[in-house]
Amino acid sequence: MSEAPRSMETVQKLKFYQKGTHTVGNRLISEAERNVQASIERSNSLTCGHRACQGCGEALGARYAIDAAMRAANNQLIAVNATGCLEVFTTPYPETSWQMPWLHSLFGNAAAVATGVAAAMRVTGKPQVRTVAQGGDGGTTDIGFGCLSGMFERNDDVLYICYDNEGYMNTGVQRSSATPPAARTATTPTLGTEPGNVFGTGKFVPKIAVAHDIPYVATASVADLHDLEAKVTRAMSFQGARYIHINVPCPLGWGASSGDTIKLARLAIETGLFPVFEAEHGRITQVRKIRKRAPVTDYLKLQKRYAHLFKGGVPDPRVARIQAMADRNIADYGLVEA
Amino acid sequence: MLEQIEGSKAMARTIALCRPQVICAYPITPQTHIVEGVGELVRDGTLANCEFINVESEFAALSVAIGASAAGARAYTATASQGLLFMAEAVYNAAGLGLPIVMTLGNRAIGAPINIWNDHSDAMALRESGWIQLFAETNQEAADLHIIAFRLAEELSVPTMVCVDGFILTHAMERIDIPDQKIVDAYLPPYEPVQVLDVEHPMSIGAMVGPDAFTEVRYLQYYKQQTSFRLIETLSQQFAKLFGRVAGGLLRSYHTEDAEFVVVAMGSINGTIKDVIDEMRAEDIAIGLVSLVTFRPFPIRALQEALAHARDVLVIDKALDPGMGGPLASNVAIAFRNMDDAPNLHSAICGLGGRPVTKASLSRLFRQAMVQPWEGPHFLDLNDRVIAREIHRRGKARRAGPAAENILKILERERAEKARARAEAGGA
Repeated sequence: MSEAPRSMETVQKLKFYQKGTHTVGNRLISEAERNVQASIERSNSLTCGHRACQGCGEALGARYAIDAAMRAANNQLIAVNATGCLEVFTTPYPETSWQMPWLHSLFGNAAAVATGVAAAMRVTGKPQVRTVAQGGDGGTTDIGFGCLSGMFERNDDVLYICYDNEGYMNTGVQRSSATPPAARTATTPTLGTEPGNVFGTGKFVPKIAVAHDIPYVATASVADLHDLEAKVTRAMSFQGARYIHINVPCPLGWGASSGDTIKLARLAIETGLFPVFEAEHGRITQVRKIRKRAPVTDYLKLQKRYAHLFKGGVPDPRVARIQAMADRNIADYGLVEA
Repeated sequence: MLEQIEGSKAMARTIALCRPQVICAYPITPQTHIVEGVGELVRDGTLANCEFINVESEFAALSVAIGASAAGARAYTATASQGLLFMAEAVYNAAGLGLPIVMTLGNRAIGAPINIWNDHSDAMALRESGWIQLFAETNQEAADLHIIAFRLAEELSVPTMVCVDGFILTHAMERIDIPDQKIVDAYLPPYEPVQVLDVEHPMSIGAMVGPDAFTEVRYLQYYKQQTSFRLIETLSQQFAKLFGRVAGGLLRSYHTEDAEFVVVAMGSINGTIKDVIDEMRAEDIAIGLVSLVTFRPFPIRALQEALAHARDVLVIDKALDPGMGGPLASNVAIAFRNMDDAPNLHSAICGLGGRPVTKASLSRLFRQAMVQPWEGPHFLDLNDRVIAREIHRRGKARRAGPAAENILKILERERAEKARARAEAGGA
């Protein structure tokens, strides 16, 4: 991967976006950054025929992330999966969509199981075989958090990828610690004086990962698959614990159109609600600037989980609070070019 | 070589001789000395080619072992008590996946009330998890069982737990023979997994299984254990031939040939029971012992044969199911089902939370069971007076407070009263 085209200055100054879509097309970027979905060189590690919902952000994210990791590892890769949507929709017995060695153990232990796999590769004389662990936000930020932090602090040679769809979607859309404020879930119903998820709760695990001073932490989005692949590739160039947190819209859980998955993922970035950055050894090294800033209402209005904020035509004061969160992210991470 | 050595250290050195490749360590009394011991052997190079991983919980310890085992490495960990319960989900998972992990369990009570001393509550709590469970009688056997456990686990691809009485064995100094590496290598070949995560031959392990196949998957676990009895006996015989001493097997009988009264027990308590039996035999009392080594799979046939001539069987449990009684007694009762002339079953609960089980108490217990057996489980050396006082006290007030603290208070008051009485008697 060449460094120059990836640097922000180059990408930002050229403004190589297809008109109206803000998508960077293959034609417009360097050879090194291009990806071709139908390329015969793709490992298709997560192959077709799985049972994800239409428009599933997680399936898209996983397909690109794992193929990029496979490429970086020269196809010498083992995946460990936490319980969750990704596990369920890819391996309904006796079928599997994984064209790679793949292990599912439990909901909360993917990071620890991956530690064991990586250790086994070292002691059995296969140090070239790398290990990736993956889970949803529930399996990562909640039930698997102890094992994740343990794997981080030991600096085990594992790339952990969290596909964050902001809730327990596999069990029927319940709140996780990654569910944003005001969002409706089955356990944060739109009832009472504070409908939806409560403000002032939740956690942003990428920040906590950075605090572990591990070699590499990044956030990424299915709205920018080039960036996602580049980050996975970068992550695979390090030894030790690495973490990538991918924002993956969930049409079912968010109450959104299946055709809006990419749009929502992009709006999450462009509003400032989901900061996209990279950090190495505990320091932020790169921030993806917002290309065309959008108000949070553009993002919220596409999702039924926020519908209660827009009832009756009177602006709900909580929309302003969400805008304030986005503004704070923009200020904190420097998401807008000065 | 014979050495005077702590049980945990002997186990650590024997485990190292089994050449585990991944060891996960998390401290919990009374198992800690074992992982510390293996850790030292990894650090000083005695145990080469081994990853010693300090994890953040028992749940992670077994999870790391699961990953390592599925990826083709010989994996080992140790735990006790609360630690076993904390990893319970992974305990079932390792068995369901059929991963031959070996784990030492330094048997310890489970809270509340918190208690670090020995009983079998932990092993009994996970007896239905699908692991093989072997109980050691002595420290020599505690060490030896690990060699057998790795071999057994890997032949069957079933995880195996070596249950060792906390403190009584783990912390006791005994004369133990640590075998030579060559003999261990001759007995225990390198790990050859039946399923492995391999980039050359990719496969998915741990898929979701629905109602259409779940029973079959479970049945195979049952089948594997039910057909392993002969293997367990054979491995014990092979061990005896190579190492020149007895270890493992399903069970061992002691003076049962002519015994009408037979005790059944597991673990280190068998040593004390044998001493009592020797004394009673000297009085011409026809008493014997069946010492159960393999608790899972539960050797029903072997037990039936061993107890065929007994009139009365007294089962000693070092654990309590508060809604049922002694778990081992319940299991032995199943062995009596459909048995011609089944013996009478008596149950005793002994040594909970580390209470010493003395020869005198056992002798009284056996003699009482012979002449006047009781209904339901008998609690050895139960302080009836304290129980009566606490039950009475609880009957009087709704907010009676925590039972454990109240019992301690009663005991303290009784001690003070006795001391005062002694002082007054001395002064008079």
